[in-house]
Amino acid sequence: MRAITCSAIACVVLLGACATTSEDQKPAPTESAGPAKPGASTSPTTGREPVKPVETGKPSATSPFAVLKDPNNILSKRSVYFDYDKFDVKDEYRKLVEAHAQFLKANPSAKMLIQGNADERGSREYNVGLGQRRSDSVKKLLTLLGAREDQIESVSLGEEKPVCTAANEECYAKNRRGDMLYNGEY
Amino acid sequence: MLLRTIGLAALLIAWLPVARAQLAIEITGAGAQRIPIAIVPLAGEKVLPPGISTIVRADLERSGLFRGLELPPLNPEPNENSNVNYAEWRSRLADALVVGSVTPRPDGRFDANFRLYDVVKQKPIGGLGFTFAKEQARVTAHRIADFVYEKLTGEKGVFSTRIAYVVKRGNRYELQVADADGAGQETALASFEPIISPVWSPDGKRLAYVSFENKKPVIYVHTLADGKRHVVANFKGSNSAPAWAPDGQRLAVVLSREGGSQLFMVNADGSGVRRLASSPAIDTEPRFSPDGQWIYFTSDRGGSPQIYRMPAAGGEPQRITFEGSYNVSPRISPDGKTLAYITRNSGKFQVALLDLSTRQAQILTDSEHDESPSFSPNGRMILLATVIGGRGVLSAVSADGRMKQRLSTAAGDVREPAWGPFVE
Repeated sequence: MRAITCSAIACVVLLGACATTSEDQKPAPTESAGPAKPGASTSPTTGREPVKPVETGKPSATSPFAVLKDPNNILSKRSVYFDYDKFDVKDEYRKLVEAHAQFLKANPSAKMLIQGNADERGSREYNVGLGQRRSDSVKKLLTLLGAREDQIESVSLGEEKPVCTAANEECYAKNRRGDMLYNGEY
Repeated sequence: MLLRTIGLAALLIAWLPVARAQLAIEITGAGAQRIPIAIVPLAGEKVLPPGISTIVRADLERSGLFRGLELPPLNPEPNENSNVNYAEWRSRLADALVVGSVTPRPDGRFDANFRLYDVVKQKPIGGLGFTFAKEQARVTAHRIADFVYEKLTGEKGVFSTRIAYVVKRGNRYELQVADADGAGQETALASFEPIISPVWSPDGKRLAYVSFENKKPVIYVHTLADGKRHVVANFKGSNSAPAWAPDGQRLAVVLSREGGSQLFMVNADGSGVRRLASSPAIDTEPRFSPDGQWIYFTSDRGGSPQIYRMPAAGGEPQRITFEGSYNVSPRISPDGKTLAYITRNSGKFQVALLDLSTRQAQILTDSEHDESPSFSPNGRMILLATVIGGRGVLSAVSADGRMKQRLSTAAGDVREPAWGPFVE
């Protein structure tokens, strides 16, 4: 009974937290941690409580569009690579971006997440900015080529998800990248 | 110096059985003058291994300002009520003396009492008594060290403050919190996606951070004691670089929801988002000055990333850094007088310190991959992330550049350190 009461309180608190976010915010999953440890009293000498650990879920993903997985189809290719300190989509990737723009146009229910990436050098947060510039650049070209703006979300993973981890230019070049993912794939 | 290093190594080995994968500390420099201090084992402290006095001594020595004296076993064991033979302690070359006792209470907790003496002036300086549960023995020792440090240096001690950092092991990311000495670490959040940019709320009870668990950067505020967390910013696009306002009610954040990476303010509960500034550049890494009047941030509006500041209420930004083509991650000292940041110096990313009144900058480190500097709440030390031997480690450098410490863990990369505030 005690446990039920406590988790009900936790739910109310969490709902309150979600309700206060403004309209266009998506409520990301929030962990319910339940009641604090019984008997974990605050010491008058330290004023410090133990830290309650939280674990995030492991997401799973499947794509509803088979054609996107066909290795013979250009649509199975998703990555646009960028030069150092550059953000424009190079001509060699124009065909690829065009194909995805056509797909988005032909499948109005399809949604795309573009994840921009940066190489590991420098500040993590500034690199989030650089990755964002790259994903915004891919998004801009897709919409110019006929995709709807509201089909696409451009985000940045900064330097956090490198595909290559050696500290050399060859590796850095692979990490300066925009990846196009469809709904169900992330 | 060599002896001291060996002594510390012995201490660390002695701690190993109780330590799991805790951060180990190595000192690679020292302060100029160290106060010789005799920290007598507190009478009866053997019930709390490794002993309160051991932790107090390690804390004080790690500051670089104290040298703990080697003491023979004393008979009878002195405590806070013993008469002090100043001549005897002078002959041991002690400038200061700590004696005290630990007594078990009937309720299972303990009492610790201690007194600090000025041996040179031959008079007591003060003392305190604590009542604490066994698992709070470390914090109690840190509080004693803080008292001694403040009485003898005139500056507040930071031994009882906490640090937060991220450990990456394989695909797993853990946001951890530990004592300032790296011990007693606890995991606040475990995830299979990156966690970056943790920042402490001014009351030391919450962390704001960026988690990629939704395949994009989303800002959370997380209360440590109960593990409850909520989304502060999950707008379309990226949400990153949170910075607490000194009032603990609002955060400056970077959002891409209107295109680019731009500065916004948001209330800590996620409501009331409003734009702070507009530029065609990347504006990121906001930080409030301690008086709340200014927001320092990184921007590449001038062609390369440099540090700027703008009035927190809004207004024209002013450029702060001019030397070099890459100056990022601004952090204002607690007294508001200096600015620590990362500068690229011949291809190396290093911590620099800028005196805001004289505009003189000094590079404090000689490493190559420094990131995320963070002032101790008394302003004496700067904690940072760097890479040594291909692994991420935490390091600390004194604001005068004289002393360096390295904190590393046996497994995994450690990064994104944030030094927490003073908590009473």
